[in-house]
Amino acid sequence: MSKMHVKLTVNGKQVEGLAEPRTLLIHFLREDLKITGPHIGCETSHCGACTVDIDGKSVKSCTTFVAQVNGADITTVEGLTNDDGSLGVLQEMFREHHGLQCGFCTPGMITRAHRLLQENPNPTEEDIRFGMSGNLCRCTGYQNIVKAIAASADMLNAQKEAAE
Amino acid sequence: MIPAGFEYHRPGDIASAIGILQEHGDEARVIAGGHSLIPMMKLRMAEMGHLVDLQAIEELKGIEVGSDTVTLGAMVTQQELITHDGLASAIPLIREAALQIADPQVRYVGTVGGNVANGDPGNDMPGLMQCLNATFELSGPDGRRSVAAREFYEAAYFTARDDEEILTRISIPVPGAGVGQAYEKQKRKIGDYATAAAAVMVGNGHASVAMTNLADTPVWSDSASNALADGDVSGCVAAMLEAIDPVADNRGPVEFKKHVAAVMLRRAIERAQSRAG
Repeated sequence: MSKMHVKLTVNGKQVEGLAEPRTLLIHFLREDLKITGPHIGCETSHCGACTVDIDGKSVKSCTTFVAQVNGADITTVEGLTNDDGSLGVLQEMFREHHGLQCGFCTPGMITRAHRLLQENPNPTEEDIRFGMSGNLCRCTGYQNIVKAIAASADMLNAQKEAAE
Repeated sequence: MIPAGFEYHRPGDIASAIGILQEHGDEARVIAGGHSLIPMMKLRMAEMGHLVDLQAIEELKGIEVGSDTVTLGAMVTQQELITHDGLASAIPLIREAALQIADPQVRYVGTVGGNVANGDPGNDMPGLMQCLNATFELSGPDGRRSVAAREFYEAAYFTARDDEEILTRISIPVPGAGVGQAYEKQKRKIGDYATAAAAVMVGNGHASVAMTNLADTPVWSDSASNALADGDVSGCVAAMLEAIDPVADNRGPVEFKKHVAAVMLRRAIERAQSRAG
């Protein structure tokens, strides 16, 4: 199969490469672009460890061909730091509230939570649990993940208010 | 898990897409959101030489809410069904069911057209569309035709759609004021298909009842619907249990599935009745 020319914006940077159409986005990110934040977990679109943000949607990159997203704007967990490279609000709150133990699910959790808070800046606990139901964690029991996301919502809202 | 190779096409209109299907015959398949097809391709249970991505075809997009009819483009995602302003008030049943499909990430890309066209008995939208008496519009080399959702499903993965046809739009009559609607689904976990699910409409002397994943097609039952229209809930459940034909699998033995089917149907009926005018 001949390779196709792929152009993407990833974490604000234009990137290009050659890929077979059958290449899954997760493999293109990790192996071609060396962006290894998104993880390969179950490989069957259940666990959410490979979640990335594509044109404002949370998507499982293990179930997406790179051909389908040619031209898209993609954000991974690496793109959610502050401009100076320090931890972004969600990343900092996951650290502070112990929202991770082994850390394998964390990039997907944070990337999904980012989109959830963009769409719903004041989520209830139930909103958070429902909105995060496509991401599995086998360590934490979820309690601290929910706390970290709720704390992130509060902090982001406070920052927004201070800026106004 | 890497699928077999294929050539990728992204046509810009329906005619071009049909042209590619005609040119390559059963070597070509269309892809919408891909969250049913890509897992099968990764398992090498589906292989094709040509993949026809429908994402760039504007005619397949959009939700139109009219006073008598709602139409959904085949490429409308579950997320769009959930967040659309007018749809939830016109036909609340669609949003209620869409929220119970898969998980948030899958709902951003999974489409209503893919869900109904795939012919998987586990998909929720086919039973729902039978309950709502929807019509599917198909485009192919010989032009357009319409098939009722209640006539569309032949067996698991076999439908009235020909290989060179594309399911383009879904038309749904608006049930109108006074009709209560409910969708109840039992599943083992988030993202799972239903052990049993029930779609119910009741009110104004009419009723419609359909169930999901309890046979190799969705099951809409005329006699169950008539019984409910007459206010006979037990008769409705009994008629539906006659109509379904579940098989034992990892969701449970036949007796369990029939039990769950009856529980889901009774719950859906109760909730739909409480919402009826």
